[in-house]
Amino acid sequence: MTAIAVSTTINGDDVEYLCQPDETLLDVLRNRLGLMGTKEGCGTGDCGACSTIMDGRVVCSCLVLGAEAQGRSIETIEGMAQGAELHPLQRKFIEHAALQCGICTPGFLIAAKALLEEKPDPTEEEIRFWLAGNLCRCTGYDKIVRAVQDAAREMRGEAA
Amino acid sequence: MRYERPETITDATALLENAPDRAFVLAGGTDLLVRMQNDDFEAELVVDIKSIAGMTEISETQDAFVVGAGVPCAALSENAALVAAWPGVVEAANLIGSTQIQGRCTMAGNLCNASPAADSVPALVAAGAQVRIAGPSGLRTAAVEDVPQSPGKTSLKKGEFIEAIELAKPGPRSGDAYLRFIPRTEMDIAVVGVGVRLVLDDAGVVTSARIALGAVGPKVLLVKEAADAVIGTGLDDAALDALATACSDAATPIDDKRGTVEFRKEVAGVLARRAARIAYTRAGGSQ
Amino acid sequence: MSFDATHQKEQFKSVGTRPLRPDGVDKVTGRARYGADFNMPGQLVARVLRSPHAHARIVKIDTTRAEAVKGVKAVVTADDLPDLTNGDAALFAILDNCMARTKALYDGHAVAAVAAIDEKAAKQALKLIDVEYEVLPHVVDVDAAMAPDAPVLNDAIFTEGVTPKPDTASNVANRSEFGHGDVEAGFEAADFIVERSYKTGQTHQGYIEPHACVASCNPDGTAELWVCTQGHFVYRQNCADLLGLEVSKLRVTSSEIGGGFGGKTHVWAEPVALALSRKAGRPVKLVMSREEVFRASGPTSATSIDVKIGARKDGRITAATATLRYTSGPYPDMWAELGAMTSFACYDLENVKTVGFEVVVNRPKVAAYRAPSAPMAAFAVESAVDELAHKIGMDAVAFRIKNAAKEGTKSSYGPVYGPIGIGPTLEAAKAHPHMSAPLRENQGRGMACGFWFNFGGQTCTDLNINADGTVTLAVGTVDVGGSRASLSLIAAEELGIEYQDVKAVVADTATLGYNDMTDGSRGTFSSSMATISAARNAVEIMRQRAALMWDIPVEDIYWEDGHAKAAGSKYGNLAPLSVKDIAAESGNTGGPIAGHSELVADGAGVSFATHICDVEVDPETGSTRIVRYTVIQDAGKAVHPSYVEGQYQGGAAQGIGWALNEEYIYGDDGRLQNPGFLDYRIPVCSDLPMIDTQILEIPNPNHPYGVRGVGETSIVPPLAAIANAVSNAAGVRMSHIPMSPPRILAALKDAKG
Repeated sequence: MTAIAVSTTINGDDVEYLCQPDETLLDVLRNRLGLMGTKEGCGTGDCGACSTIMDGRVVCSCLVLGAEAQGRSIETIEGMAQGAELHPLQRKFIEHAALQCGICTPGFLIAAKALLEEKPDPTEEEIRFWLAGNLCRCTGYDKIVRAVQDAAREMRGEAA
Repeated sequence: MRYERPETITDATALLENAPDRAFVLAGGTDLLVRMQNDDFEAELVVDIKSIAGMTEISETQDAFVVGAGVPCAALSENAALVAAWPGVVEAANLIGSTQIQGRCTMAGNLCNASPAADSVPALVAAGAQVRIAGPSGLRTAAVEDVPQSPGKTSLKKGEFIEAIELAKPGPRSGDAYLRFIPRTEMDIAVVGVGVRLVLDDAGVVTSARIALGAVGPKVLLVKEAADAVIGTGLDDAALDALATACSDAATPIDDKRGTVEFRKEVAGVLARRAARIAYTRAGGSQ
Repeated sequence: MSFDATHQKEQFKSVGTRPLRPDGVDKVTGRARYGADFNMPGQLVARVLRSPHAHARIVKIDTTRAEAVKGVKAVVTADDLPDLTNGDAALFAILDNCMARTKALYDGHAVAAVAAIDEKAAKQALKLIDVEYEVLPHVVDVDAAMAPDAPVLNDAIFTEGVTPKPDTASNVANRSEFGHGDVEAGFEAADFIVERSYKTGQTHQGYIEPHACVASCNPDGTAELWVCTQGHFVYRQNCADLLGLEVSKLRVTSSEIGGGFGGKTHVWAEPVALALSRKAGRPVKLVMSREEVFRASGPTSATSIDVKIGARKDGRITAATATLRYTSGPYPDMWAELGAMTSFACYDLENVKTVGFEVVVNRPKVAAYRAPSAPMAAFAVESAVDELAHKIGMDAVAFRIKNAAKEGTKSSYGPVYGPIGIGPTLEAAKAHPHMSAPLRENQGRGMACGFWFNFGGQTCTDLNINADGTVTLAVGTVDVGGSRASLSLIAAEELGIEYQDVKAVVADTATLGYNDMTDGSRGTFSSSMATISAARNAVEIMRQRAALMWDIPVEDIYWEDGHAKAAGSKYGNLAPLSVKDIAAESGNTGGPIAGHSELVADGAGVSFATHICDVEVDPETGSTRIVRYTVIQDAGKAVHPSYVEGQYQGGAAQGIGWALNEEYIYGDDGRLQNPGFLDYRIPVCSDLPMIDTQILEIPNPNHPYGVRGVGETSIVPPLAAIANAVSNAAGVRMSHIPMSPPRILAALKDAKG
């Protein structure tokens, strides 16, 4: 196997790496680039813990080859806060106690960010179906949905 | 394993034609990468077709929508004209996996994976969709139902891959629908799937029907008896009963971890009835 | 110093508020480090070879070809681990489960492991390990395993707890019995009797983080283990015992834990990682795949339960019996016993008898799963109770209220209850608006009760007052769902300082005394007790320091609202000294100020809950949708109500999954068919409604603040609550969990005839 050279953009920065042809983007992020905020829960696209945004669409990075990132733009949890300022979703997740163990949290935040960028005022049902690919075993989803609703309100400039 | 990203169809077919046995086409990767996780799966060559011009686009001709093989299913619902023309097909494609899967998975991949439970396939078959197959000896077209042969097997020959799926623009008073049964509300593989396409006359009588079943046989089933049961009717209760019976009878499912034979046969009829009603309403009929 | 744990405090300043959790920012920015998020220099990758057979004798393992693979640094089998065959049975079982010695006892049982420089080499080596198996007949079903002609897993198992002790080996490891009174006489006195049999499938805890660790053994006999665990002190002890290490030389650090629910109370692969590291002489990282998690780590028991309950016309239960058969995987444990203990714990019964049978089968070793063994027993009992209420013509809640246990009741498993919450949760359910909300077509409402013991146990805590007056709290119970926030609240409350001035951390095994693991809903209960004790010890020291600062007798100083205050009018002009004041002077008054605590937290108050559930059943497909769900549970005292609610909601959601879809499905070959989140169907976001919660606070008399554990009870009622709701919605009583659509549709068709 010969390594493949990849030039891509991650969280707005130009990044170059070498990866094996069968290596997933998730493994590249975690093992080669130290971006371990993206989690692996299943490796088969069933849990959403490895959610990242690729060219504006949320994807499971375990189902993307590292080689496919060539020329693309990738967003991970590490790029969600603007410097020291948390994204409203990040703040609302903490405020609403929307995490317990927290292993699914980066994936939920990435998926919810993609949702609110596409749909700033989603219904509860829309939130629930959009996030159906992100498994959480601790919370029963109640507080997660409320956090997303509250973040959406704030991002739309409405009072809580 | 070798990873290749050809930029032309010719290069892609050449790669595939000259490839070792274990060569795979990569479109959305949502099936292929899952298989690659398995220790027993070895790929020698993966050909990523998404850099070929047009592969990730939905285009329109005078008569048809042409959906490139690399178009993620999420993009289908963003195409208003396609949604208006083939709501059942788009809904079916949008049922595959999660939001994350939608960002990557493709109808062509769903078809070529040749799972009998593929959600988009019964809807495409009901719609009478065609596939454009690129190969070493040029382009050919085939009906969608002729592609899958048995679980995991397609009729594609060495060197061939699906370049696009063509959906004819529907005439007036026609409608389609797809329903599937899953134990949860999301994230499951279909236990039963039913695609229905109906064309009505001005009086609301069904003049043409195509009804396809998924997950109840080794491959998608186009059920002529089910179509016959509704053609010439206004989709009254008797017609719906006959339709349900025809679908239940046509189903030849297996018992597995997702459902029983009895359950699948029964629910095939239930869903056919429900999907037919939706298609009928979409075609402008009123019951 | 002696510690008085009696409940005294009624008024709170910090406890009961909802501040932000201290680990929140790390977890929303991806900085929190879980099991797989740690690396060491020179680290190798480990992979485990697992049996493809449900039951097979290991005739021979040849690792020669694997060892020859370039990049492979160590291959281990059971031969590289101590042979405990004739040693302690419990330790033998733990080790044999980590690495099969003579027989593979389930599909997925580890038989060998490899450490290599990368994944590719490890994967290649696994394929080159030659294992010769002699495949044996297997059994996975609990009732089949008890049949006289069943394949016997272990020739050394002779049923314990029966007299005379059997002289032939069987799969029934032990029989346990609980109860009191005369059940035969009780049934004689009954006007109505319900007698039913139930089955429940095997479920998995389904934590999203797979087991992961980094093990590093040094040639000098020291070792380090970074691991996601619910109890790093327990892991240290187990690993030291299994590998022959000195406890003090093995330092275990618990990572952030991505869910456990009981499944991370056992070692699974950690001893193997240590053995690989020892053999290779390099650090080894071992991360299980999701498939391995399902095939080879702690599921719950599958069960088969018979229940018989009799009652008089007036609704008083006269007798109740249950026979409970629980699988334990291939190694005996006490799962059936726990089921037998919990079955009728909600009720005040004159005549009650429960019998448990622990059954070994060719499935993975069972581990605790949130109130282990209780949900299945509650499913059976609460289904029968509901049916009996219907039969008598009584409202299901009123019937339960009439029979509910109360203070002074002799429980079905022995102890006499103190103040308990079953009655109040039932009264709250009766009064809840959910109970009277209208239902639509095909909808039905059900309710059920649940019980869990709650544990206490060994606990050790350090509380350090820093020079600036802030507090560092080092606890030894792993934080699985927000306990650093609740324990910081406790420290703030006891010291009388601000929550923001406390920082709680989970200490590693080298920096704090032994702690039992975070299980049995004990994390906040026991560590809060130890934190209060440590804080009181620190207050004692601060009083002494204040005495020095003021040059007055320490007896004249009392502690109030976070300040040392001088008692009596003669000190009228002395301004109270805050923690900050005292801390600032600590260098001149005797050095650092700290409070330590080591105790066995006794008196974990028992916990009760009542759940109400509305479902809608599609009569044509058997599909069930949860329309509305309410949890009512006694918390004793809710320290951080948001995280108490979170426990209630999370347990309910897991119970809903168990009730409707989750189940281990085995093929005829004894292999697990659904080792993944695709076909092991845990609830997804769109499956659930909001889950309403009502926290009741009936103080635990044995905790200074009245706290009870809250983590587990919430998973106990859902199975029955949903079964009862399905019965009311669709007119069919489901006796087999999960109530999957094919099962419900088949039941509907049977009912139609």
